[in-house]
Amino acid sequence: MNTISFENALGPHAHALQLRAERTEVLARNIANADTPGFLARDVDFRAELSRQLESSPASGSADRGLATSNTAHLSLKSAETPVMNALKYRVPLMPSFDGNTVDVQTEQAEFAENNLQFQASLRFLDGKFKGLLRAIKGE
Amino acid sequence: MALLDVFDVSGSAMAAQSVRLNTTASNLANAQSVAPNPQDTYRAQHPIFAEQLAATSMDESPAPAGGVRVVDLVESEAPLNLRYEPHHPYADDEGYVAYPNVSVVEEMSNMISASRSFQLNVEVMNTARTLAESVLSLGK
Repeated sequence: MNTISFENALGPHAHALQLRAERTEVLARNIANADTPGFLARDVDFRAELSRQLESSPASGSADRGLATSNTAHLSLKSAETPVMNALKYRVPLMPSFDGNTVDVQTEQAEFAENNLQFQASLRFLDGKFKGLLRAIKGE
Repeated sequence: MALLDVFDVSGSAMAAQSVRLNTTASNLANAQSVAPNPQDTYRAQHPIFAEQLAATSMDESPAPAGGVRVVDLVESEAPLNLRYEPHHPYADDEGYVAYPNVSVVEEMSNMISASRSFQLNVEVMNTARTLAESVLSLGK
């Protein structure tokens, strides 16, 4: 691990930020569908997703785990997966409503606010990392 | 990018809620409209919401999905409101006039629910904008 790369310098924060952004969309989707009959609220399992992303990132030194393709018509694993959106989990409803909708607007709003704060925290960490790099480059 | 998809999701929800608000306005405005023929009398209209489904994962550029769309506008099947007004020009042989089956109470609660949902989505969109703006100022 003697190469200098952004991946190593930034640590988990870049992944966390990306994941937070995707979670923002998932929660926005829940809130948008608060009045849609039969809609099931979904959420990201943050811990599992982040550790999965960190494991599969090049910085962890693990080999490329893509599928080997022997024919140009084979689909590569990368393009087929939209990682987070396929690993969403359903929320357990507190009070299921009559029309089958499991969105609890208050819960979603609270999660959205929390996610918003954590997004900004990740951003702050990332900002600090960049500022540190910049200072090292300038040699101040 | 996930943060920018929030605009599509919340935007579609706002559009759907404004359709709902429009039907409510139309129902309330026509609550007292009568027609010479009871078959032509106005009937309360209600939108039906559904989730926008995602494109298949094989698709190279999956459309931003998860928003709300209005599938249909249905007319209420509730019986018309018959009122005894023998001197009304549109009264039938027994002196009854068919008024629309609009339930004013139901429409008012629909209106409040629609406007709350609309406001919530505006809030979500605003938050996403703030987050995207703070990402843009990363490293400054």
